[in-house]
Amino acid sequence: MEPLVIDAKGMHYTPLNKLIREAVASGVKEIVLNNVLGQRFIGNGVRGDAKITINGVPGGDLGMFMSGPECEIFGNAEHAPGNTMDYGSLIIHGSAGDAVAHSMRGGKVFVEGNIGYRGGIHMKEYDGKRPILVVGGTSHAFLGEYMAGGLILVFGIGQEPTIQDRGIGSGIHGGEIIIRGDVNEKLLGVGAKKVKFNEDDLERLTPVIKDFCERFGIDSSQFLDTNYSKIIPASSRPFAGKYTWE
Amino acid sequence: MCGIIGVIDRTMSRMDGSSIKEALSLMDERGSGEGAGYVAYGIYPDYADCYAIHVFFDNLLEPKTMVDKILQTWGRVVHQEEIPTYEQPGLKKEHIPWRYFFKPYTDLMVGTTNPDDDNVKRLVMSINSTVEGALIFSSGKNLGVFKASGWPEDVANFYRIEDYKGYIWLAHNRYPTNTSGWWGGAHPFNLLDWSVVHNGEITSYGTNRRYVESNGYDCTMFTDTEVVAYLFDLLGRKHGLPSETVVTALAPPFWDEIDEMPEKQEEFLRTLRLTYGPALMNGPFAIVVATKDGIVGFTDRIKLRPLIVGENGSRLYISSEEAAIRTMDPEVKTIYMPRAGEPVIGRVTI
Repeated sequence: MEPLVIDAKGMHYTPLNKLIREAVASGVKEIVLNNVLGQRFIGNGVRGDAKITINGVPGGDLGMFMSGPECEIFGNAEHAPGNTMDYGSLIIHGSAGDAVAHSMRGGKVFVEGNIGYRGGIHMKEYDGKRPILVVGGTSHAFLGEYMAGGLILVFGIGQEPTIQDRGIGSGIHGGEIIIRGDVNEKLLGVGAKKVKFNEDDLERLTPVIKDFCERFGIDSSQFLDTNYSKIIPASSRPFAGKYTWE
Repeated sequence: MCGIIGVIDRTMSRMDGSSIKEALSLMDERGSGEGAGYVAYGIYPDYADCYAIHVFFDNLLEPKTMVDKILQTWGRVVHQEEIPTYEQPGLKKEHIPWRYFFKPYTDLMVGTTNPDDDNVKRLVMSINSTVEGALIFSSGKNLGVFKASGWPEDVANFYRIEDYKGYIWLAHNRYPTNTSGWWGGAHPFNLLDWSVVHNGEITSYGTNRRYVESNGYDCTMFTDTEVVAYLFDLLGRKHGLPSETVVTALAPPFWDEIDEMPEKQEEFLRTLRLTYGPALMNGPFAIVVATKDGIVGFTDRIKLRPLIVGENGSRLYISSEEAAIRTMDPEVKTIYMPRAGEPVIGRVTI
């Protein structure tokens, strides 16, 4: 089937998203959006297995509630791509704004460049659903804030150290944050602790590392060692007793 | 949630308002149709040495008669006219925007090194708090604020901002949360050379307001952002701090960060925080401030509101969204996100 090509220039997001939803519902497997600029909620709530190619800079909440499709973005993303996403993937050939993968429930968000503040805020997992956020560059402060589940992996390509901003895992009570190289303890947020990244972790994460590197044409062998820091919750209830006495 | 965008051409080459209208309208979802506005610097070259006083009049009888009388007592009105407006179906004309080009009498103010500015500042404060039905919302030289209750494109078309050419533009799309939307509550807020657009809220408003009011400013706009304009006027103009230092005083590093700094810097920041404690702004915010010499953008220290920067040659853009910058300048070269609390400064270079 021929891909559906849409010129989004000057188009409001409502008719654009309507077109996408109708196309996926009618069985279209490939959609190409050209001249995208600032249209919000692209792929919002779409279910199915379509591939959506986005050329340009999509607006906020890209792929929100999405369940199934893969969006590949040739450009930067704005705030909260992958917001409460259920399943599927966002492959971003660029950087992204604040609150990337906000409350994400499943699937994967790959960002080639950097992400802003509060990446992975309140990501969660349940049963077989385990969301993954991978960042090629660096992240600003409060990475994995209030994280409840899932995986965040930051490579820090071209960065030394990988992360310089504070509040990593602030309020984390589930899931794990893996950061290339060492992380200064002072940058850890309340409720986060740093533990050794071992061979078992590497084996477990090798498929994710390879997947990310393949998507962006990066040689994965340089990342297949145990030179990572692993940040996990110090307890499952970091704020127990903060507002009430037990 | 609000939307902001600002641009400076550092060589002072002037741009008309059409592209910033497009950029702000792209962020319509960041507002609620209850307030939008624009400010441009360099728009009144024929009256460059006059204070351009923009006033909202409820009618042209009592309030205007009183303002005329006050201005004529304290200086000379070189020219005055109604600001041209064009009826828009989606915008209700609640006030009559008027402009005076005004030269204050220098010898009437004592106890100041800048009698003209202090004269005009005093007139703005006194007219806004005593003349019912008149509100001065713009009072700088060779600049003008154009704002109203409405959507960005409607407000722009109401004033036909494409007819104005400036080397600095700031624009704002308002989503009022804590106080109701009205013309005076739309951004930008201006006093003399300072203009401010702001996304977020200043939760330290009470403390900041008491501080500026104890220094001779009156808050009359029913919203938090006006204190930012007054803080910049007090710290930047009256106390003579450079804009980087004003930003550091308003959004300083945390104490634990200061503790880690080299001794000299630590001492400076400790002193600054203690001196300007009541000027420290808390709460979520992204702000862009303009003067005739440049613009500065910054966020709160934990970055609770978005801010993105674009550069292309002599042009620097600061906005809530990257797409808005690309709408203004599809050829923009560099896009980056500044750190929380870190000032982004664009200065005129000529």
